[in-house]
Amino acid sequence: MDTLTQLHGRALEAVQQATNPQELDELRVRFLGKKGEVTAQLKSLGALAPEDRPAAGAKINEVKTAVADAISARKAHLEEQALSARLAEEKIDVTQPGRRQAMGGLHPVTQTLRRMELFFVNIGYDVAVGPEIEDDYHNFEALNIPSHHPARAMHDTFYFDAGTLLRTHTSPVQVRTMENGEPPFRIVCPGRVYRCDSDLTHTPMFHQMEGLMVDTDVSFADLKGTVEEFLRVFFEKELAVRFRPSYFPFTEPSAEVDIECVMCGGDGCRVCSRTGWIEVMGCGMVHPKVLEASGVDAKKYSGFAFGMGVERLAMLRYGVNDLRLFFENDLKFLRQFN
Amino acid sequence: MKFSEQWLREWVNPAIDAQTLMDQITMAGLEVDGAEPVAEAFEGVVVAEIVSCEPHPNADKLQVCQVNAGNETVTVVCGAPNARAGIKVALAQVGAVLPGDFKIKKAKLRQVESQGMLCSEKELGLSESHDGILELPEAADVGQDLRVYLGLDDLAIEVDLTPNRADCLSIAGLAREVGVLNDSPVTAPDIQSIAAVHDDTFPVTLSDTHGCPRYVGRVLNDVNVGAATPVWMVERLRRGGVRSIDPVVDVTNYVMLELGQPMHGFDLDRLKDGIDVRRAKAGEKLELLDGQIIELGEDVLVIADGNGPLAMAGVMGGEQSGVSTDTRRVFLESAFFAPVEIAGRARNYGLHTDASHRFERGVDPSLQEAAVERATALLIDICGAKPGPLVVQEASENIPAPATIELSAERVATALGMNIDAAEIERILRGLGFDVSQQTTGQWSVKAPAWRFDMAIDADLIEEIARIYGYNRFPVTVPKAALPPRGRAEQQTDIDLLVDRLASLGYQEAITYSFVEPELQTKMFPKEGGIELANPISADMAVMRVSLWPGLLKALSHNLNRQQERVRLFETGLRFRASDEGTEQLNMLAGVATGSRLPKGWYSDNEALDFFDIKGDLEQVLGLIKGANFEFVSGQNSALHPGQCARIERDGKLIGYIGAVHPNLARELGLKQPTYMFELRLDRVLPAQLPAFEPLSRFPSSTRDLAVVVDEETPVAELMNSVREKAGDDLESLTLFDIYRGKGIDSQRKSVALGLTWQNPSRTLTDEEINSLMDSIITTLQTRFDATLRS
Repeated sequence: MDTLTQLHGRALEAVQQATNPQELDELRVRFLGKKGEVTAQLKSLGALAPEDRPAAGAKINEVKTAVADAISARKAHLEEQALSARLAEEKIDVTQPGRRQAMGGLHPVTQTLRRMELFFVNIGYDVAVGPEIEDDYHNFEALNIPSHHPARAMHDTFYFDAGTLLRTHTSPVQVRTMENGEPPFRIVCPGRVYRCDSDLTHTPMFHQMEGLMVDTDVSFADLKGTVEEFLRVFFEKELAVRFRPSYFPFTEPSAEVDIECVMCGGDGCRVCSRTGWIEVMGCGMVHPKVLEASGVDAKKYSGFAFGMGVERLAMLRYGVNDLRLFFENDLKFLRQFN
Repeated sequence: MKFSEQWLREWVNPAIDAQTLMDQITMAGLEVDGAEPVAEAFEGVVVAEIVSCEPHPNADKLQVCQVNAGNETVTVVCGAPNARAGIKVALAQVGAVLPGDFKIKKAKLRQVESQGMLCSEKELGLSESHDGILELPEAADVGQDLRVYLGLDDLAIEVDLTPNRADCLSIAGLAREVGVLNDSPVTAPDIQSIAAVHDDTFPVTLSDTHGCPRYVGRVLNDVNVGAATPVWMVERLRRGGVRSIDPVVDVTNYVMLELGQPMHGFDLDRLKDGIDVRRAKAGEKLELLDGQIIELGEDVLVIADGNGPLAMAGVMGGEQSGVSTDTRRVFLESAFFAPVEIAGRARNYGLHTDASHRFERGVDPSLQEAAVERATALLIDICGAKPGPLVVQEASENIPAPATIELSAERVATALGMNIDAAEIERILRGLGFDVSQQTTGQWSVKAPAWRFDMAIDADLIEEIARIYGYNRFPVTVPKAALPPRGRAEQQTDIDLLVDRLASLGYQEAITYSFVEPELQTKMFPKEGGIELANPISADMAVMRVSLWPGLLKALSHNLNRQQERVRLFETGLRFRASDEGTEQLNMLAGVATGSRLPKGWYSDNEALDFFDIKGDLEQVLGLIKGANFEFVSGQNSALHPGQCARIERDGKLIGYIGAVHPNLARELGLKQPTYMFELRLDRVLPAQLPAFEPLSRFPSSTRDLAVVVDEETPVAELMNSVREKAGDDLESLTLFDIYRGKGIDSQRKSVALGLTWQNPSRTLTDEEINSLMDSIITTLQTRFDATLRS
């Protein structure tokens, strides 16, 4: 039979040799269990003289505690080892690309329109839409462009028959809104418009957003304020804006709006034809005849209207150099805006 | 309108440089489109006289000229056939630099030394003319620098005028604007009425007094058409973009540029009976000055004589009656044609002339006599013409009368957002030719000048004031208005939500033209006649789309042809169909997809997508519509594969279609891989319902699985509908978790495995209840679908 010392040494040795939790459980039973070897030593105390028993018992208990501690320590060590192994095994290359569907996205014209609409919706405008196949009355007559008017030559119009056409601007939506409602009006009308023209800088279809505000005491100064604020918010820049007299049959006074060239900052470049200015929209005070034609009392109400080309603003904003790209739908182009 | 800056400055000459002048007129609404020097840069060229010309001893085609350059006489070898003794020419002296940095040096030409060069117009960059050397008038001062002599340090300025500003299609009109802008005096040439030296006249009848309410004519005898147009006039015409033809045409063009009145000179000896201004008669033809013969419509106003039409009124003269080298007697025409009667006529014949441009927009109806007098004086000077009396025919009731408009300072202030000094308002209007009389303080009666027939209401005057005062001097204010409360309707889904979801499912938004190629569309939709454009821009954009698919498939092909293997596109927009109630314009959402299910990657097996991929995508999009139930039922669509096509319905109404591109169409388009598409009408998709709350049940749910074998042809949706119908109100969910075909199942049949979950809000359901529901379901499936339970 071992001495207690030998037993202690043998137990610690066995614990250190153990390689998994099951072995450790077995060792616990073998040494510390009810029938274990250390426990058996306690049973042998009875053979000693009573005065020797406390000292011998204490020694055995020391061994018991030491073995139990060793088992716990070994267990913790093994668990730690196991975890390290598992972690090592589960290591992945986090630089690998993610698993996913490819990115889609919105057309730059849609993205531009959304930014434009947001500005106006935030200052109390409603968004109005209307038909694209229009009648002559809403596209021209109601806007003070009678049939012989030379301004019709400014609109190369697609016709279906004498009285039906593809709208050349979104202004008919303003007419329809005024016909069907009561002032005040504050609307923007985004949408597709059509002109029978196709070259480097024209496509037969493009997008416009027109706006209309009709209320009592709306002035030209108010128009200037609205347009300037919009342009600065849209381009996120304090840029110079100028209003140049122009002519549209449906507004009076009428103006073209130029901004300081966003490409060269007004120094003059190819984009602005070396003038430092870029034309971005037309606007003006709604012609009294237009108000009256749609049943709005021009003595009581006045208003302003503006219209801008969405592709044009998108080109300036993102530096796109060819209008036609917007309608080729080449993924290499479209994805640049995702 | 293109004009010489020098010419304008002869009328009005503010102390500002050319750039400031151009900026100023641009900012007054007469947009300067460009300006270019009237001659290219050159130096060292003087007016000289050829003293003698001898044949070159060693060359047949060359001459040796002695040329007097003022301070010296030099020998110049010249090859121009028109070089001859006695003419004044442009001599590039030794040391001169011609356009293109061409330096003139002494040079030996076949052993004869040439001390300079005699120049053609082309060599001086004046024109493309290279017919010979430039011949200058006899009166030119020998030795004078050519640039000074011809006034070549000048700009040709081009203004792009809006259609309402016909009054500025002349030097006179532009000078008026520049005058008022600078508060500078404007000096017009002195136009005198010229006394007749004979009594010859030619009868004029106005049969169409609406089209031509005013016609002024004059007979000129002894016109020397062979006389040369003076160089100053040729130069001014050239700088105005007009080519010199002969003195009569040049003078009429000159007066048009100067005063704005288009005129015409007829060869009187070729006219018969008298002038009649009338509508063309059916079948009448006219040979125009440019040589083309046109058949006149009855809407065309013509100048006719006893033989028929002589000219298209206000557009172009005829070849037969025009001035030629034989002309001795000229009948000058200066008329007012009503814009409405001229508008569009030129364009209908593919014409656009300086005259039609002006008459369409409107010519000053009081200008005709002055223009004839001016032209007469010039033709007397240049061609020795002998004038007859002025003949005026008019229907004064049809001549537009200038408007008289009441204007108040208060209206000006409200419209513009600021007060403008009353004196400034008067100065501006008077400067523009208005007759202004003050009624009371701040209240005027304003009569428009004859050339401003575009004036009718006070807003017209306010625009003039604003324009001249300067738009950029007006304040900038932000409108103040009541902000009405508003919100977003919850029962209408925002389209942006659907579109954003499609984008996150890998679809890229496209924008395709609303007009498409008729052939492709007809192949896809043989029963839908697309609405045709009367004037399409090209054959492949000739008909309005009846669906968004033709455009999307074209865009898909475009990308496949550019090495893209995976393409997913969507678009929103109108489709156009003829219906009983007229044109139906419906807003649609459509998509197309082809290529692998997932992008090529380390995790993907590159498996091609199939019907259920895009159906799944669409289900995710339609899932955004709250409280809506969409059903996919087997359907037919001419553009889709008959066995892979579903109608999408909501409450029994057709919402759209989804399916595989029909193989015939795929072949037509060269699509080699399976392609799927869908299209929805948004008016029926977007309405939503408010979520209706139901209390949560605290009782446990019961679950059963059910596997039945049915014929392959049995649609699972119908099977599931039957299950739902029989499963009672407590059925909480029904899922299809497996479809099995193959071993152990008859080859014409499939096994469908369903999971059912019941829950009652107020109690625990018993096994007996569930079993009884299951029995009822099974019996029904057996009866309706010949289903057998799978063990």
